[in-house]
Amino acid sequence: MIQLEDLWRTYVMGEQELHALCSVNETIEAGEHVAIMGPSGSGKSTLLNIVGCLDSPTRGKYLLDGSDVAGLEEDALADVRLRRIGFIFQSFHLVPRLTAVENVEMPMIFAGVEPGERRERAQGALAAVGLSERRGHKPSELSGGEKQRIAIARATIMGPDLLLADEPTGNLDSRSGGQVLDLLGQLHREGRTLLVVTHDPGVARRADRVLVMQDGQIVKRVAGSKVTNLASLFEEGEAAE
Amino acid sequence: MTSADFVRFASRALYQNRRRSALSLVGVVIGVIAVVSLTAIGEGALRYVNDQFASLGNGIVMVVPGKNDTTGDMPLGMGGVPNDLTVDDAIAIQRRVLDIRTAVPMTVTTAAVSHRQRSRQVTIVGATSEFARLQRLELALGSFLPEGDLDRGASVAVLGHTVARELFGHENPLGSTVRVGEWRVRVIGVTARRGTQLGLEVDETVFIPTATGMRMANKSSLTRIMLQLQPLADPDVAIRRVVALLTERHDEEDVTCISQDAVVDSLGSILRVLSLAVAGIAAVSLAVAGIGIMNVMLVTVSERREEVGLLKALGATRRQILLIFLLEAALLSLAGGLLGLGLGTGAVAIGDALVPAVSIEAPAWAAGAVVTLALVTGVVFGVLPAWRASELDPVAALQGH
Repeated sequence: MIQLEDLWRTYVMGEQELHALCSVNETIEAGEHVAIMGPSGSGKSTLLNIVGCLDSPTRGKYLLDGSDVAGLEEDALADVRLRRIGFIFQSFHLVPRLTAVENVEMPMIFAGVEPGERRERAQGALAAVGLSERRGHKPSELSGGEKQRIAIARATIMGPDLLLADEPTGNLDSRSGGQVLDLLGQLHREGRTLLVVTHDPGVARRADRVLVMQDGQIVKRVAGSKVTNLASLFEEGEAAE
Repeated sequence: MTSADFVRFASRALYQNRRRSALSLVGVVIGVIAVVSLTAIGEGALRYVNDQFASLGNGIVMVVPGKNDTTGDMPLGMGGVPNDLTVDDAIAIQRRVLDIRTAVPMTVTTAAVSHRQRSRQVTIVGATSEFARLQRLELALGSFLPEGDLDRGASVAVLGHTVARELFGHENPLGSTVRVGEWRVRVIGVTARRGTQLGLEVDETVFIPTATGMRMANKSSLTRIMLQLQPLADPDVAIRRVVALLTERHDEEDVTCISQDAVVDSLGSILRVLSLAVAGIAAVSLAVAGIGIMNVMLVTVSERREEVGLLKALGATRRQILLIFLLEAALLSLAGGLLGLGLGTGAVAIGDALVPAVSIEAPAWAAGAVVTLALVTGVVFGVLPAWRASELDPVAALQGH
């Protein structure tokens, strides 16, 4: 589903060039659950943003289902984000003045779905994350776990086949984090491709595969079940080089 | 995305920041109030002038001595002293210029009018019985000046309303004798209250026969001749014939004819230009208000960077984001325009009630134009902030920088 070939992302800061990604090569199959780990500044989020079509690679190829999206126009990228990709953020990013159901409706507004159908689908999505009774609440009246579940309902409302989560449990206690991960696991079992950036070995352990990144490169690929703790990943990774 | 969704999304955002939204409206509101009330005052002044001249009577031409030379040439005649206008001139005009229905020879002076101990300096107008008809003067008591020989003025007077009250209080002045300067005249009428009419305070004027007026001033000349045209006469032709006749009688062109229509036209166009200019200045204040809206929208966009980033991540196109913020600016300015229109109309209504003499009312075209202008201002000045929002890099915007 996702093919990355010699992918570079370079930031120019004055005289200096900063390589956030250096020659990343990776293939992720449809329906895979992949975790990306690595220290801060290793390029995990940059990789996720490029896969999510929020950012474009400086060099290299990104094939989504065989077609190169790196060279697409802004509007075409927006359409890919709208229909094929669902984002889940660490800080939820709900619009504070809108109610839960209105937040879930937002992508459908951009897609031009009729108001009646929109409301019906949004309520269905809220029910699926177990928050029907919270539909009229504003984000400020909801707990962190509830906010993230609403964000997940919003991310899946357009039926995307690719879910991208950047530290989805980073701002949650372990109980609500567990609920969010269960929800993501369920979405994955329904057939969606799931890409999760995380620091948490417990989150990574649920993935089929873990990509370990360092200095803009994928330095190691391990099975999720083999992840014990972060430090061990890097020791082994460096040893392998 | 339907337009209703845009409006709802934008208005929710404005409501969220309602204090700031309200403050950013103030400029637009003031600008619109200014345009509305200034155009109302301009139109009111125009109507006032028209009404004044209408009450003076259409088809009125004044003949005054002296060539009103606007060409910059040397004045005609030696020394430039014009010949006097005489009663005979007036009679000649009435007899020989067929376009003229009535000619009223007039004198205008000022003199003290007194009765017993009370005295007052007033305008003394010498006129004929026709004057009342031409000027649509109404009488509260008695009658106007008698018809009769232009050479033999009777010693009678018609008092203006205020003059009569000040000299006689609540007494009936009819039949009493008042002194006008050194002359004693009998009061035969009092005018109804009239107010100012193009500089002539009818209420504070005393009318006497023209011949009496000339005798008092010890002069054989008139101050002016008031002419009434025949109903279907062309004013320009009539004026040309009058001037030709008087030129023939005086051996030079030494009179000026002022047609009321011409005065109304030129005054009207001056007033129209003036009120447009003033409204234009007020409209400039709307542009300033637009800059205020731009400023607020720029702040809003930079505050809502994360939201813009989110909208992009959720799949909003650049155009949709541009429209959302443009619509916020448009809604702001439209709200300001409507609020200003309401307040401005209210202010005009209050002004109308406070100044009964002049009826002021904002013209409908101005109301429509100013709200449209406010809306256009908001959209124009909203373009830059909205464009900035649409151009934000989603990754940086999501991180809030």
